[in-house]
Amino acid sequence: MSTTPEGVQDGAAAKRGAFSSRQVFIFAAIGSAVGLGNIWRFPYVAYENGGGAFVIPYIVALLTAGIPFLFLDYALGHRFRGSAPLSFARLRRGTEGLGWWQVGICFMIAVYYAAVMAWAVRYTIFSVNEAWGDDPEGFFFGEFLKAGDPGVDATPVWGVLIPLLLVWAAILIVMLLGVQKGIGATSVIFIPVLVIAFGILVVRSLFLPGAAEGLDALFTPNWGALTDATVWAAAYGQIFFSLSIGFGIMITYASYVHKHTDMPGSGLVVGFANSSFELLAGIGVFAALGFMAQASGVAVGEVATSGVGLAFVAFPAIISEAPAGALIGVLFFASLVIAGFTSLVSVIEVVISGVRDKFEMTRKGATIAVTVPMAVISLVFFSTTSGLYVLDILDHFINQFGILLVAVISMLVLSWGLRVLPTFSDHLSDGSSIVVGAWWRVLISIVAPIGLVLVLGLAFWEDVKTPYGGYPAWMLGVFGWGAAAAVIVFGFLAAQSKWRDPEALSNVHFNEKGARS
Amino acid sequence: MSGSAIVMMLVAMLIIWGGLAVAVVNLRRSPDLPHTDEVKRDL
Repeated sequence: MSTTPEGVQDGAAAKRGAFSSRQVFIFAAIGSAVGLGNIWRFPYVAYENGGGAFVIPYIVALLTAGIPFLFLDYALGHRFRGSAPLSFARLRRGTEGLGWWQVGICFMIAVYYAAVMAWAVRYTIFSVNEAWGDDPEGFFFGEFLKAGDPGVDATPVWGVLIPLLLVWAAILIVMLLGVQKGIGATSVIFIPVLVIAFGILVVRSLFLPGAAEGLDALFTPNWGALTDATVWAAAYGQIFFSLSIGFGIMITYASYVHKHTDMPGSGLVVGFANSSFELLAGIGVFAALGFMAQASGVAVGEVATSGVGLAFVAFPAIISEAPAGALIGVLFFASLVIAGFTSLVSVIEVVISGVRDKFEMTRKGATIAVTVPMAVISLVFFSTTSGLYVLDILDHFINQFGILLVAVISMLVLSWGLRVLPTFSDHLSDGSSIVVGAWWRVLISIVAPIGLVLVLGLAFWEDVKTPYGGYPAWMLGVFGWGAAAAVIVFGFLAAQSKWRDPEALSNVHFNEKGARS
Repeated sequence: MSGSAIVMMLVAMLIIWGGLAVAVVNLRRSPDLPHTDEVKRDL
């Protein structure tokens, strides 16, 4: 039985905000997980790492690391009813720094992720009249971004600055509306819109000449790849980066869910929904790439790419070539905007929620205190001619040595340092449709850390061996290694500051469901 | 498309999209109802 005074839970929900139902939570969690990576990263990763054979390491990674890690985040947030820093602090005061480290990572991601949203907003409009003409690459780097030599330059680029300002205004409105009316409602409306828009895009792409060759390139299995450790690392990396796990988002969202909700059952839906969208994106992207390869008389391998190059160079070329290209363009870039926006909202909520819990602020106060400075930094760094380079470096290093590193460390601290997994598995299993038993504890304490350490080790070795992207050492030092180190220092310093309400850490706030005692 | 590519595409669809369907069906079997003690409190 619960030992929690009933009034505390109600008060906490009213004070911190909450999702109105399990369904809203699931949509919000899918909105967070489905992001740019699903559309522009997965298809190429699958193609590069064994094609059809990649299905095997991918599913293994989803079941042995992705979903178990999702459960770990859920357990922490759902049990301790707090933002990342508050949940860690309630678990053990000394681990609060891990939560702030995650908050710092989310802050960094938000400032550059918004810039990509701004590009996609602009390209949705460019698609209508194919503004890039016959040179999409020159147009993107030259006319649109006005990118000069790598370095830092404060010349503003108005074509980016204005849409970026609009993105931040939209973010501010959603965040001010709160957990249910802002975050929840945005996902409940836009995730179905995203699936429909992308679905139409996929069907259109499948009817383009050359689509079958594209799918053939994506799905032809290379079984030899299965014996290659880097392929397995790619599968664990893809699952990990795609699911929004390990950096505070799912801890925060789980804290807004009713205390008796079936979290593991919900998590399975979220995990498979994310991969389902990824597979759909793979089919759509490779059908379109197959068309482009045929139109330019080259092999699919010649045109296959990912990331910024896929979205802002390859796709414009496809749009120009294809019949009814404008429709493909609008659907593709609008999908990027929606997928990215619901993820961006989740990343920012980690920061707002952390600040709010620590300083006992109102929703409005914390939203303004967090979002306005974030928007200013974002505008200063990413609407200038050097924006692209800073973004590329920050993204690479914050992913590898921010998200991945904090995830591995917190996973090891929870399972081996504090040995809380038995309590967590009781909490998750109580009233759930799935028994989260010994199998989960083995996966989360042994299998998943091995997979992620492999990914981390390979990434570290690669970055030490060859400077990332051929950028000048000082830029990599400041925006790469420096930024990744700065969030760690920030995390542990932030944890030293006092809680405005010392009672916040008391165990009357816990969700004691599943407690053995 | 080659035979092996078609087979692997179908396998991927079956496992991933099928997995989603199974997960949704499983979740629907445990309805999202407020706990009895809360129903009482609401009255």
